[in-house]
Amino acid sequence: MNNEEILEKINQILVEEFEVDNEVIEANNNLKESLDLDSLDYIDLVVLVESNFGVKLVEADFRELVTFQNFYDLIERKMSKN
Amino acid sequence: MVEFIHKQYNEMERRVVITGMGIYSCLGLNIEDVTQSLYKGTSGIIYDQERHIQGFRSAFTGMVPRPDLKATLNRRQRLSIGEETEYAYVATLEAMQNAGITMDFLENNEVGILYGNDSVSRAVVEAVDIFRDKKDTSLIGSGAIFKSMNSTITMNLSTIFKLRGINMTISAACASGSHALGLGYTLIKSGMQDMIICGGAQEINPFAMASFDGLGVFAEEGIDPTKASRPFDRDRTGLVPSGGGATLILESYESAIRRGAPIVAEVLGYGFSSNGGHISTPNVDGPATAMRRAIADAGIDVASIKYINAHATSTPLGDANEAKAIYEVFKDSNPFVSSTKSLTGHECWMAGASEIIYSTLMMNSNFITANKNFENADEDSARLNIVKETLEQKFDIYLSNSFGFGGTNSALIVGKI
Repeated sequence: MNNEEILEKINQILVEEFEVDNEVIEANNNLKESLDLDSLDYIDLVVLVESNFGVKLVEADFRELVTFQNFYDLIERKMSKN
Repeated sequence: MVEFIHKQYNEMERRVVITGMGIYSCLGLNIEDVTQSLYKGTSGIIYDQERHIQGFRSAFTGMVPRPDLKATLNRRQRLSIGEETEYAYVATLEAMQNAGITMDFLENNEVGILYGNDSVSRAVVEAVDIFRDKKDTSLIGSGAIFKSMNSTITMNLSTIFKLRGINMTISAACASGSHALGLGYTLIKSGMQDMIICGGAQEINPFAMASFDGLGVFAEEGIDPTKASRPFDRDRTGLVPSGGGATLILESYESAIRRGAPIVAEVLGYGFSSNGGHISTPNVDGPATAMRRAIADAGIDVASIKYINAHATSTPLGDANEAKAIYEVFKDSNPFVSSTKSLTGHECWMAGASEIIYSTLMMNSNFITANKNFENADEDSARLNIVKETLEQKFDIYLSNSFGFGGTNSALIVGKI
């Protein structure tokens, strides 16, 4: 899976899971605000990423996370280490 | 035998009325359809091939479709509710609509919730399956904990409807729904609450019923599914599990009048008891005590009760002992008796609430549905006035029995207003 495919899949999963319009998801938009995430939603993000990409996110991964781009980078980085 | 003295009139006590009902059952997914099924004697019982393959001794069950709630609940709300809460939610929406209760009303008035539920098997099994497979709790998901606690219905509905009154689940086996109503009635009568959303719900899935089936108390196979549940019949072989959701809005009479609500019926009395005996084998004294206590609480004569909605689940000993108890309490007044479980199967945690809805619908439409499949009496049922065919019959007051494992008994008396 190349980076473009990963990005596309992430967007598709987020749209389906969090029931938002495609337009909400822009690389530089704020992830938390755009998806209206609360503390419980981060648990579901961990589950989604594990089941779709086979990598495990931990609490520390979310500390520096602000934009969708940060999220794409995080998953790509985790996957490349696998 | 416990003796009760008819209550003295207490001016501090308030009258308690039902102002809305909602139902999601194998007889129909709303009040109107259920009324039709009751009148026509339409059974909601099927043979579930899946259960047969899975190793059930009896694959009969009542069945309802899972409701699609995407249009009415957001993602977070849907993630936190399991099957039983879905049924309870749909039933509650209908009850609130019929009672004329809006979200605006709930925001400006203190309303409580007391709901009967005694299992969350599917949710627990699904969460534990993930845990065992992944060996990592963070992969179970955010909704699992809210689905897999016994109080799942009240914790979710109180959040969805923004309730601020009493808020708890009543777990009392197959009398859960009845006790929820009885306790709601008690709190309103005493003046502690003006309005409480009461009810009972029951999940329908193999996980919930496998261990129950293993006891060998479900109806024997080799018979038409609609004939499997045959309460009081000489040839009954066991119960048929079932489920769904049933909600009633209980309210003080003053509150109902103040807001111009439709008054469906009045809750007149509640009686309870515990057998103090075997965990699963019922007795006669416990149910008789609950009925006598309800009659004393209502302050009415036995003879004014014209219909009994029996608990009778179609098990040999349970039905026989209830028949003995009814005869002991009612003797010559000879009220009409039927068990709607002949049509629905045993709705377990929901039954005590749904059967108040079924009986109230019959009372307000002047008929009594048949105790389906009652073809031959045994020595105990022969002494009761069991309704064999749907009867056009007016009646003003009825009593509904619910009994459960551990010997918990509940009897409710409801009347026209």
